[in-house]
Amino acid sequence: MKVSYFPGCTLKTKAKILDEYARKCAEVLGVTLEEIENWQCCGGVFTTSSDEVATKLSSVRALLSAKEKNQPLVSVCSACHNVLKQTNAQIKDETNGISRAVNNYIAPEEYHGETQVLHYLELLRDVIGFDKIKEKVVNPLTGKKIAAYYGCLLLRPGKVLAMDDVENPTIMEDFIRAIGAEPVIYSYRNECCGGYIALESKDLAKAKSSRVIENAKINGAEAIVTACPLCKYNLEKNGCSDLPVIYLTELLATALGIKE
Amino acid sequence: MENQNNVRNEIIRRSGVNPRKCMKCGKCSGTCPAYDEMEYHPHQFVSMVESGDIEPLLNSKSIYRCLTCFACVDRCPRGVEPAKLIEAVRLTAVRKQGENHLKADDIPALLDDDLPQQAIVSAFRKYTK
Repeated sequence: MKVSYFPGCTLKTKAKILDEYARKCAEVLGVTLEEIENWQCCGGVFTTSSDEVATKLSSVRALLSAKEKNQPLVSVCSACHNVLKQTNAQIKDETNGISRAVNNYIAPEEYHGETQVLHYLELLRDVIGFDKIKEKVVNPLTGKKIAAYYGCLLLRPGKVLAMDDVENPTIMEDFIRAIGAEPVIYSYRNECCGGYIALESKDLAKAKSSRVIENAKINGAEAIVTACPLCKYNLEKNGCSDLPVIYLTELLATALGIKE
Repeated sequence: MENQNNVRNEIIRRSGVNPRKCMKCGKCSGTCPAYDEMEYHPHQFVSMVESGDIEPLLNSKSIYRCLTCFACVDRCPRGVEPAKLIEAVRLTAVRKQGENHLKADDIPALLDDDLPQQAIVSAFRKYTK
């Protein structure tokens, strides 16, 4: 099976291993990630204002490219996925004016929200299936206690992203179980790490990231898993984590025997 | 006063938020990760925009503290979605000529070896027009 793939800016630079193992693991699991040609950066955060049109165009072009190939659009970075999915929902809703304005820009092509947007975790759960992943695991992480860090963008807003229960999510814990490890449930798994405030207020980023790390530790975590490069940065750098913060694709690659 | 009223109506229109739905429970502010560094908190944005008290919000650093984490959006029991209102206020500020909150020249000093590009593009999208 082939799917369209939107890597995003950071996966080409600081988070190359997130990208590399996403592709390799998907291949082993029978899915080829076909990178969209000439994709443009999603902008990192979704703009909610009803008169923000130009900021939607990079996402719409990616969505349109996937539509032309009749493929779902997969991304692994939480931010890219958030922007793509929220943009898609906004374009689909013909009543808000954005849809018409965006279509004026991309004419003669048209886009009305036809593409299915999937996070890599949804690809694993809903397309491949955690059971199938379990069968392919050659190096189970037995006994390893891993804390899933959802952060903010992976799940919210819940009614648009519709990936999991926003307050009591299970998708990452189920993933952790599928690769043989033991998930750690803790209080701050779906609270913000501070995100881009790291540029504006180091103190705030430190406060937000540290409480995530501390709480994961209190609950017995030996490592934290995330899908988001900015979460990883904040947890490691501003949370001063002495726990390893690992990308989910890296963890999967270890379990599948792709990574030493 | 009339101008203030126009700004108020424009912010409400752009955000798509109806501040009158707010029942002042404060849950948005209670769950806000940036609460400690805001002089006006999410619930105050809702009531101040509703009453047309926009100027203090436009001049407040609170508009650059909102992280767009959507915690207030998902947790509001009345579906008010305060983050959208804060964004509309922030846009009113940064869309004025010369009022970009972050400039390209500021970036080199903010970088470190590990900072992901995602942080810079996100901040630019929120702070700059």
